[in-house]
Amino acid sequence: MSRHFTRRGVLRTGAVAAGGLALPTYLRAQESGYTNAPQGDTVVLGFNVPQTGAYADEGADELRAFELAVEHLNGEGDGGMLNTFSNKNLDGTGILGKRVEYVTGDTQTKSDIARASAQSMIQRDGAIMISGGSSSGPAVAVQALCQEAGVIFMAGLTHSNDTTGKDKKANGFRHFFNAYMSGAALGPVLTQAYGEGRRAYHLTADYTWGWTQQASIEAAMGSIGNWEMVENVLTPVGAGDFSSYIAPVLNSGADILVLNHYGGDMVNSLTQAVQFGLRDRQVNGHDFQIVVPLYSELMAAGAGEAIKGVYGSMNWNWQLQDAGSQAFTRSFGEKFGFPPSNAAHTCYVQTLLYADAVARAGTFNPCGVVEALEGRDTPGSLEGIDSESNTGFLFDGLGNGQTLYRAADHQCFKDVLVMKGAEAPTSAYDTLEIVEVTPTAQVWYEPDNPMFEGGDLGECNPGA
Amino acid sequence: MDAFLLQILNGLDKGSAYALIALGLTLIFGTLGVVNFAHGALFMIGAFCAVTLNAILGLSHQVTDPERTDFLGNPLQVDVPYVYDIFGESAGAWILDWSVPLAILLAIPVMLVIGIVMERGLIRHFYKRPHADQILVTFGLAIVLQEIIKAFYGANPIPTPAPDALRGSVDFGAWLGLQAGSVIYPVWRLVYFFFAGIIIAGVFAFLQFTTFGMVVRAGMADRETVGLLGIDIDRRFTLMFGLAAIVAGLAGVMYTPILSPNYHMGMDFLVLSFVVVVVGGMGSLPGAVAAGFLLGILQSFASMNAVKSLLPGIDQIIIYLVAIVILLTRPRGLLGRKGVMEE
Repeated sequence: MSRHFTRRGVLRTGAVAAGGLALPTYLRAQESGYTNAPQGDTVVLGFNVPQTGAYADEGADELRAFELAVEHLNGEGDGGMLNTFSNKNLDGTGILGKRVEYVTGDTQTKSDIARASAQSMIQRDGAIMISGGSSSGPAVAVQALCQEAGVIFMAGLTHSNDTTGKDKKANGFRHFFNAYMSGAALGPVLTQAYGEGRRAYHLTADYTWGWTQQASIEAAMGSIGNWEMVENVLTPVGAGDFSSYIAPVLNSGADILVLNHYGGDMVNSLTQAVQFGLRDRQVNGHDFQIVVPLYSELMAAGAGEAIKGVYGSMNWNWQLQDAGSQAFTRSFGEKFGFPPSNAAHTCYVQTLLYADAVARAGTFNPCGVVEALEGRDTPGSLEGIDSESNTGFLFDGLGNGQTLYRAADHQCFKDVLVMKGAEAPTSAYDTLEIVEVTPTAQVWYEPDNPMFEGGDLGECNPGA
Repeated sequence: MDAFLLQILNGLDKGSAYALIALGLTLIFGTLGVVNFAHGALFMIGAFCAVTLNAILGLSHQVTDPERTDFLGNPLQVDVPYVYDIFGESAGAWILDWSVPLAILLAIPVMLVIGIVMERGLIRHFYKRPHADQILVTFGLAIVLQEIIKAFYGANPIPTPAPDALRGSVDFGAWLGLQAGSVIYPVWRLVYFFFAGIIIAGVFAFLQFTTFGMVVRAGMADRETVGLLGIDIDRRFTLMFGLAAIVAGLAGVMYTPILSPNYHMGMDFLVLSFVVVVVGGMGSLPGAVAAGFLLGILQSFASMNAVKSLLPGIDQIIIYLVAIVILLTRPRGLLGRKGVMEE
């Protein structure tokens, strides 16, 4: 039998081979059974944050946190929260012995662009996990993409109820708190500070986060403080000048203004509300008050003096005194010269939690990671909460006290911070002060709470 | 009545900003025939002149306060501005407080230079090119300017408050015999309105009553003939570009206490200002001013709850709706002249 090559045969074989090599990595993952199985001695994580656009500064802070987390995972630096984390699977040798590398994408805080950049990191760079982000619109979009592609999504800053409510996905996990929890934490504090039976006027950013936050605050204040809602006005994102929305508040009979705004919108609407003399007014026999339910340090600094005495809530703050928070603040502060934001904290913690889950699962396979993050190997429960859904992965030492990654919806349950604009800040970093650390039991809800209904976690997808 | 009055007042300050930007746009279009999409960026740069002066005046050295600690537990380094050392604490504090109005002095030369460099360096090469090319190149320039500002100052809005004395609000309700507290209006927005009035009057007076202005108006009407009379009309038009840049810049400086400056604030105003120019009539200075105020007030009314409950989302489209109606009924805009932008 003779073997001879023909020109056509060589070309055909070459074309097939080249085509095979050119296939996206996730289509070549068949042999491992899941998308982007790490080859060699490294593993690639994809950090998808706003690097341009209005939230670019917050995105930059998230990237700093990711950089620090990767350093600590690879055994560089002082180890940060690896030293305080209740689980001791991470020893500075990367993840499962593979050195951690990362690629970054720019979400521009736009859902379609965030999706495209996550897709590029998965297909081109072989990222096995996507994390980061500063807004709920992109978070929901990227979470759905990760579910389809078969990689894990560790959400960054996203506060809409929908992320772990109607839009929840098995491959997606949220450490950050949500709008319902803000309402539950703020309810008693605001009622005590401002009294019952107040009349509230809401200005609400017109997208998923604004809607769910408004509904959460209205419901919480209605049931806890017997507050009545006078009006809810939807405002376009990035309106800039909110004066024409603020002016009608003057004669509406409201004595509280709730600003369901974030970022630059919050800075502008709060500043302008103060300029219109709202806080100097007396209405219905009360001093007029303004509430900003979701705070961010970066935006608080932007609002300057307007923020003094204004209540809001946060996921975490560097002023917390527990060992984990202090370790993280020290690592971050010594490397970058200023304290971390709560966006940075959640991103750092999510990276560590992912690494720990892989280590416990013994595989990068997303379904193994999902099982580990749901705590199926060693189910835990929060103390003092009597509920069937109180089960999941229980951990401590990452800055919010004892925390549960609830198996039922992949939402973290932990203490929530009620904050207030500081009267005499010493720098741009302590413009907010902690009023109360609200215990987890107070912000707990069942997975079938009406504000979260309509979604289905589905099955984990390993891709491939 | 109260709500009506409030929305008129509200429309006035927004209208002032639209009018000032549209005035500059029309000056450039009327003299040079260029559709300048970088004009919003000039407004933004003006605002950042105020931020820059604030930052320069705020330059400080650190003094250790052993009694307080920073976030890492080290002794707190307190910033003491150099202006305190130079002028004493009370005079230094006054200068810092009044940094926004003082920034006008910085913005005038800076904006003049930027305007002239922009015109001589880039835009004059596009005079004979189609309007589409001019739009593309000036839009590109706007993005470059935006990114430069972002690289220096970051993406977050930077608070630039008005002087303490002008920070409060006035009770129009009490002034007008209405119920006290029913019509409240921030003092700085009144200042802005009057400031815009002075600038607009100044530009009109300059064009109307000076020889330079007379030549420019002649050039706008018939460039060729003025050139044949031995007058270097190009040089004058370059200066007009500089003047338009100054007007946009000053509009930006004084707007900073109303809207904390960020790098894309110019773009937000630009699109609306173009609509203002088109509604007012391309090339008509009084048209630009009138349409600026008209659309500012209309936008304000459209944001009223009573209107929004009847027509949801009307606040977002009112300006474009009005533009369509006016262009259908008066294709040259409110005060547009025949022959402008018409082949």
